[in-house]
Amino acid sequence: MANRAMVGFRVMRAGPLALLQDAGRFGTRHIGVTQGGPADMHAWAWANQLAGNQWGTPVLEVTLGGLELEAERDLTIAVTGADLTARHQNQPLPLWRRVRIAAGERVSFGAPAAGVRAYLAVSGGFKAEPVLGSVACVVREQLGGFDGHGRKLEEGDQLTLSSAEGFSPHAAEAEAPVPEKPDYSAPLTLDLLPGAQIADFTGKSLFDAFNASWQVDQRADRMGVRLSGPALRCNITSMVSEGISMGAVQVPPDGQPIALLNDRQTIGGYPRLGNLTALSASRLSQCQPGHQVRLRPIGFEAALREHRQFMGNFSFLPSSNNI
Amino acid sequence: MNVGVLPRLEPAGIDGYMVRLFDTIDEDNLAWLSALSRDCETAFGQALVDLVPSYTTLLVIFDPLQISAWQARIRLSELLARLTPDPALAGGKLHDVATWYHPEVGPDLARVAELSSLTEEAVIKAHSEREYRVFALGFSPGFAFMGLLDSSLTCPRLDTPRSRVPRGSVAIAGQQTAVYPTVTPGGWNLIGRTAARLFDRDRDGFSLMKVGDRVRFVAVDRNTFESEGGDPTPVSPTTKETR
Repeated sequence: MANRAMVGFRVMRAGPLALLQDAGRFGTRHIGVTQGGPADMHAWAWANQLAGNQWGTPVLEVTLGGLELEAERDLTIAVTGADLTARHQNQPLPLWRRVRIAAGERVSFGAPAAGVRAYLAVSGGFKAEPVLGSVACVVREQLGGFDGHGRKLEEGDQLTLSSAEGFSPHAAEAEAPVPEKPDYSAPLTLDLLPGAQIADFTGKSLFDAFNASWQVDQRADRMGVRLSGPALRCNITSMVSEGISMGAVQVPPDGQPIALLNDRQTIGGYPRLGNLTALSASRLSQCQPGHQVRLRPIGFEAALREHRQFMGNFSFLPSSNNI
Repeated sequence: MNVGVLPRLEPAGIDGYMVRLFDTIDEDNLAWLSALSRDCETAFGQALVDLVPSYTTLLVIFDPLQISAWQARIRLSELLARLTPDPALAGGKLHDVATWYHPEVGPDLARVAELSSLTEEAVIKAHSEREYRVFALGFSPGFAFMGLLDSSLTCPRLDTPRSRVPRGSVAIAGQQTAVYPTVTPGGWNLIGRTAARLFDRDRDGFSLMKVGDRVRFVAVDRNTFESEGGDPTPVSPTTKETR
């Protein structure tokens, strides 16, 4: 009976938006199905790492707080990402580290103090039936999540765990290294790899793009984040629609750039400045409206080196303690 | 416009290349795009993450930890150097989409007729007598952009999109036609409805259509539409968004 559902948490209060996210849905873009996955890959990956899970293990993405969970059994968890004033039995819950939760105890998220999204990983991982190869929850597409139909968490939900207990206390650090814990309130510079249409923007717009201070707009969600600032002008106003990769920064005719994130539409037809690196896209997803950001061009080699360095922190091998 | 020699490899992050094969929309593009997609699957193997074909381009996403962008670029250049159009897929799979054309489920029939100076019957005839190709999928899962429409039917999107377009709605905009696979907002002109499931979780691969497929719309009456499982609920006139 290895497949019998094992309940880890019960949802006492759901909050505005709590979603199950694995690494994302891949190999489906050609049928119009988007990527999904964690908006902040950096914090999501650390949550799994601290909980002793492999890369890709499903985690809860908690947006703007409000979630309250009750443990149905003794659990080991790790919460990373935004400071949503999380509490454990009414005491502040330490972030970016492994925490033991006893059966019957509660974990709750309050109002955001810094950042937007927190990630809660449980040792062994949450479990749901994959749809098109992934449990990544995309509400708009009605795909993934615990119910398979893209439903966000609701009060009364029972959150199932993987029956294969993956936790090995010696396999993981108990706490993330200090440089890996971002200050989400600090002024932010985003690394952008210039793309094919970069030279079609006017000289002044290119100057503005990389020298102006941009403000994160109210229109910011898992599909994309709009930046407001000087209007950018491009000699190309519209293009034949084509595939859009993660972090692409498109500029519609109003001149206000939009960084396209995990739940973006799969094709689109606006010229692009280029692509944010994965780590910069992660950081942008933690910015509240009004946050000031700057764009900085990054070279290919530097971006790849940074990515490899980041990925080197994590474990991809099949866990040996499952045998 | 970005002038340059085609085909062209354009960087799309550290894990992707945009392969730009053409600069204009043409049915003949599809056989080339399909051939390149298949070649990429073979050449990249496990390192391939995603392929997004569209009207004139193929976006290739790979795992940068398995294959460097330099290697990917070389591999793509080699594929392009010996690329030949796919004769087997030049035709594509043919779908007959049974459609009930009626103002109740196609509330923009009258608008399209007026804009094209045709009767509603002539609009239906013009839409259903042509065979279309699927140029791209996107907007929502299984949403297939098909074309090209008879030029007499070319009409703009609605000024105000509907907040809720019923599943199976057959629609036109610009030179293209499509079927809404699921209930979504939408700004295309609705002219009918089909019982066909464009996106079905019980189907292997989920999507009825793929890029390169051929599509015909076949006019059927309400009884046939309903017997095939179609929902005849009229489009509510109050579902237009006010923003």
